[in-house]
Amino acid sequence: MTALRNLGQWAIGSAERLGRASIFLYEATLGCAQLINRFGLVVQQIFAVGVLTLLIILVSGLFVGMVLGLQGYNTLVDFGAESALGLLVAKSLTRELGPVVAALLFAGRAGSALTAEIGLMKATEQLAGMEMMAVNPMQRVVAPRFIAGVIAMPLLAALFTAVGVLGGHLVGVGLIGVDAGVFWSQMQSGMDFYDDVLNGVIKSVVFGVVVTWIAVFEGYDCVPTSEGVSRATTRTVVHSSLAVLGLDFILTSLMFGEI
Amino acid sequence: MSQPRSGDASDGTLVEIRNAHFQRGKRAILDGMSLTIPRGKVTAILGASGTGKTTILNLIGGRLRLLEGDIVVDGLSVPQLRTRELYELRKRIGMLFQSGALLTDLDVFENVAFPIREHTALPESIVRNMVLLKLELVGLRGARELMPSQLSGGMARRVALARAIALDPMMVMYDEPFTGLDPISMGVIVKLIRELNDALNMTSVVVTHDVAEACHIADNIYLIGDGKVIAAGTPEQMQQSDLEQVRQFMNGLPDGPVPYHYPAADYVDELIARDHT
Repeated sequence: MTALRNLGQWAIGSAERLGRASIFLYEATLGCAQLINRFGLVVQQIFAVGVLTLLIILVSGLFVGMVLGLQGYNTLVDFGAESALGLLVAKSLTRELGPVVAALLFAGRAGSALTAEIGLMKATEQLAGMEMMAVNPMQRVVAPRFIAGVIAMPLLAALFTAVGVLGGHLVGVGLIGVDAGVFWSQMQSGMDFYDDVLNGVIKSVVFGVVVTWIAVFEGYDCVPTSEGVSRATTRTVVHSSLAVLGLDFILTSLMFGEI
Repeated sequence: MSQPRSGDASDGTLVEIRNAHFQRGKRAILDGMSLTIPRGKVTAILGASGTGKTTILNLIGGRLRLLEGDIVVDGLSVPQLRTRELYELRKRIGMLFQSGALLTDLDVFENVAFPIREHTALPESIVRNMVLLKLELVGLRGARELMPSQLSGGMARRVALARAIALDPMMVMYDEPFTGLDPISMGVIVKLIRELNDALNMTSVVVTHDVAEACHIADNIYLIGDGKVIAAGTPEQMQQSDLEQVRQFMNGLPDGPVPYHYPAADYVDELIARDHT
């Protein structure tokens, strides 16, 4: 009986939280409209969530690309299809690995930082102070960070993909000795703008919205104590990672599924 | 919308709280409280920790909603204001938080400039002069390039005070302004509250549990407890009050109408009932 009650309580709690998060998203979007004349605030945040995340994205992209080149070659060579290595690397990166891995890294590096920052601002009464100064924290604090995340995420995913392709080239052409012309020409002829590039971009935009939404909401909604901020930060990483992976499946089946 | 504007409420009352009810969870924080805050005076609201003093300030500022009752600030009924009107009202109210609530990513100058920049489009030279004027009032003009993390508790509170008066508000609310300060910083804050109130022609509301300091600067004192006003009067009247609750609080007696012990089961019973532990 208690278990049933707990389950119900959990369900109601989750539904309520989802409702709060939706209202929050609506208000943040409204706040974004006010930012047109104050784009400097957004630029500052793009630096914080985007530029500072660049290093981990580039390094990870390079290694993922290199591993893809190595593994792809080992599999393809058995079928005598090593000429398709460039295409394999590029397709897997633009369609899947680029958006997904970049989003996971983004959640870990930038999302957790956003949550912790906003959570601490709440814990130290900075948000309350702003409200009492007649400054709406949704417009001044949340909206610039949200927009910055949404802008930065697709760019980071694109860079991840580009560096990954270079990594694949480094290993496949430089190390193993696949012909460079074949590597690039196969890629050029096999890649489709709509199927591959555009779908990848759509994915990264969706992930950008979801991860940043979760991050700023968790920070804004956290219990304003040190324990609360730490829990909220953990939740950001866990929830946004799960959301990215789950949404990736849904998006993939919508885009490429033959159902 | 024919709400009376500020001019109509010139009877000397700036804030009026009528029969306020407010709850947190199931606990009643305010239970039919009524009080008035006169214009141009320093009013202290005294009460033990957890009696809802800060809640009163948050209700006046419209950050919390009343369950029942009304709060009128300068002729405007706060619970009925729309968000935009509420924000307009808040521009005329300064608030000093216990923690200072300075923005940690901005230096002292920018913190004080923050409300000016947010609400006005003044040229940089005027903003600079306004900020320096306010910082000079609290004696921290020389500290304008420090970051909040480099300030002592007393300095942070003075910067926060400079920020609270940056837009020349009609009223400043102080939330526990004396807590956690050394005697010198405390003396500075006490002096500032009184002087700013008189020099800038403001109204001040000081929420505190510090009896001596409150008596020192306040024109009127409200003592609250159990969600109601227990007693009200000038500092002299309060100190000479015969009410036992007032005497316990004003003299800091450990036991009295407010019991020393948190409500608990019978002491002897609990000691004997070993099998529970």
